[in-house]
Amino acid sequence: MSATRPITNGASASKGKGDGPASGTIEIREITRVEGHGNLSVRLDDGEITRLELQIVESPRFFESFVRGQRYDDVPQVVCRICGICSVAHTSAAVKAIEAAAGIVPTEQTILLRKLILFGEQIQSHVLHLYFLAVPDYLGVGSVIPLAKTHPDVVRRALRMKKLANDLCATIGGRHIHPISYRVGGFSHLPSIEQLQDIKTRLEAARSDLDQTVELFEDLALPDYRRDTEYLALKSDDNEYAFYDGRLVSSVDARPTAPADYRRRVIESVVAHSTAKHSRSSSSDSYAVGALARFNVNGDRLHPAARDAAHRLGLKAPCRNPYHNNTAQLVEVIHCTESAIELADRLLREGTRPGPIAGPTKFGRGVGIVEAPRGVLIHEYDLDERGRVRDANLIIPTSQNLANIEADMRDMVPRLLERNVARDRIAGRLEMLIRAYDPCISCATHFLDLDWVSP
Amino acid sequence: MKPPEDPYCPVAGDGGRAAEAWNGGQKARVAIFSLTGCEGCSLAILELEDTLLQILDAVSIVNFREGMSERDWRIDIGFVDGAVSSPHDEEQIRAYRACCRTLVAIGACACLGGVNTLKHEHLSSEYRRYVYGDRATLFATTDARPISAVVKVDYELPGCPMVKEEFLRFLTCLITGRPFRLPEYPVCVECKRRGVLCLYERGEICLGPLTRAGCDAICPYYGAKCEACRGVLGDESIRAFGRNIREQYFVPIDDVLASLRKYGAYQEGDLP
Repeated sequence: MSATRPITNGASASKGKGDGPASGTIEIREITRVEGHGNLSVRLDDGEITRLELQIVESPRFFESFVRGQRYDDVPQVVCRICGICSVAHTSAAVKAIEAAAGIVPTEQTILLRKLILFGEQIQSHVLHLYFLAVPDYLGVGSVIPLAKTHPDVVRRALRMKKLANDLCATIGGRHIHPISYRVGGFSHLPSIEQLQDIKTRLEAARSDLDQTVELFEDLALPDYRRDTEYLALKSDDNEYAFYDGRLVSSVDARPTAPADYRRRVIESVVAHSTAKHSRSSSSDSYAVGALARFNVNGDRLHPAARDAAHRLGLKAPCRNPYHNNTAQLVEVIHCTESAIELADRLLREGTRPGPIAGPTKFGRGVGIVEAPRGVLIHEYDLDERGRVRDANLIIPTSQNLANIEADMRDMVPRLLERNVARDRIAGRLEMLIRAYDPCISCATHFLDLDWVSP
Repeated sequence: MKPPEDPYCPVAGDGGRAAEAWNGGQKARVAIFSLTGCEGCSLAILELEDTLLQILDAVSIVNFREGMSERDWRIDIGFVDGAVSSPHDEEQIRAYRACCRTLVAIGACACLGGVNTLKHEHLSSEYRRYVYGDRATLFATTDARPISAVVKVDYELPGCPMVKEEFLRFLTCLITGRPFRLPEYPVCVECKRRGVLCLYERGEICLGPLTRAGCDAICPYYGAKCEACRGVLGDESIRAFGRNIREQYFVPIDDVLASLRKYGAYQEGDLP
């Protein structure tokens, strides 16, 4: 693990000393516009890649370890602190796992509210990524800040959409970053009818912003690159485009795997250059999770408005271009907005009823899987007889994608070299690829134990 | 004020040039950094959507890895979230200190150590092995500490996450030269003002009576007990609380301590 010094930021490329033209290194210290700390290091010798490492230098965080001993109903509040951007997804996975381990069945109203807040988080995370982190690449600027001067309407629109998504999360959970009322067994606070009505009205009014966002992305030229890989996502047993519930399926193996059996699909290992673990599947050395994987697995279940947007954006399943993860995110923003309107409508029609928080009926082992904005998120807890965590295992979307990002780059670099693309442009292209996966490195650095310690 | 000499910092020893520029009517140069944490406090700044464009008018963001490619190291106000939890963090925070005229810790991790401190309840060798198996020694780690344990910190904006409205108030005070102070009263004051039924009436042990206000009692309002993410007000309140818990409430002290430790507010082995 290399220690980054803050002054050595940005991409640099150097030729090897007297080697062939295709020798040298590409180093990106502290990849920017991603969540968390990562470096990229590529070494070429005579056109051969002799080293390619996406180095994760984020400090290890040890959540699986220190959640041990916590009371079952305190766990979600601790583990949602893994990530500020997707704390609702971590809360959801943890709550579902704990409820499975404690024999708690949430009410239908509770599940509707959870689905609604999870839609809110997908929208806010995707909008943040699309407008703040990805768009600057395509408009040739270093950040969204200069766009405030050159494209004020675009920035105002982005802020409006993000605020709406945050307000949606806050209406249900009390706040977006580390929600409060989203508890094991139910909600400790319910939104008022007026709040739900207000959110629904604003979501409907956001349709023109969505339309203009699609227009903006129609005009952006994404790099043309494709590679066959496995796409893993949740598929729900009803006809929903799965976020909250479902079983694991992939583009290679469509047989559904129940959440409790996830270890049959997802195999993790520690690599020396990354505090985030790497994953392979039962079928492939690497696989992808996230918006594009969900689109490839569940595309036919999108809301019609989202399907129209996919059509306008030229996104068709199966899509093998990882840069199109951005496009799939946008399609999902539309799907989630429309689905949130429908859910809010249903809650308004049926009315919300306060109810007690359901208590445990047993203590054992449970798995919870949801689709976080960046893909399949797995939490597993084993509770002792007092309801305290004995063992924990967390599998994070970004850690699942790391091996796949490296595989993309190993495939892409020789192709770019063949076309005599200048090395600093290759570095830029690689950084853009990493960003397209929307990695969340803080999330990815607290992994699990390889050997489950059984009581 | 001259920044301390530091070999990592390109502006170390610039004689306060950045400060002069600021005082000379230029916009304050602001940076946002992250150490070990969830980066939620950096994100909270971006969640000030209504005022973000005005903030960008009032200050220049010159260094924010999470949000921009350009990075400059002449910094008037540096905000840091996350705890110091590895040798690398320690190196980074010293460098940030050297580059920033004013250094501000944001959030529970930077102010108290945050949830990262929960790892102290297990032995270092044990928690490393638990997560990384026989490859544990690949990754360096230390105790999780607030950044004030390593460098001088000028201001702290506590909370998990930081309260974004408080951030805005702080920034406004700082760039207009007005004094900034955190509330010196407990969360209960805000809780009462919002008309929330006291959690003790429901039989819960809430840390509101000894926790610094400023969050508008957001957790009690949404039905959860306060767990001191903004830190405790002082030794006096902790002593009174300890006495009260022992004499009036028949609850396991361990659970109370777990609440107090959750965000690193109090890390002693027992209540006074």
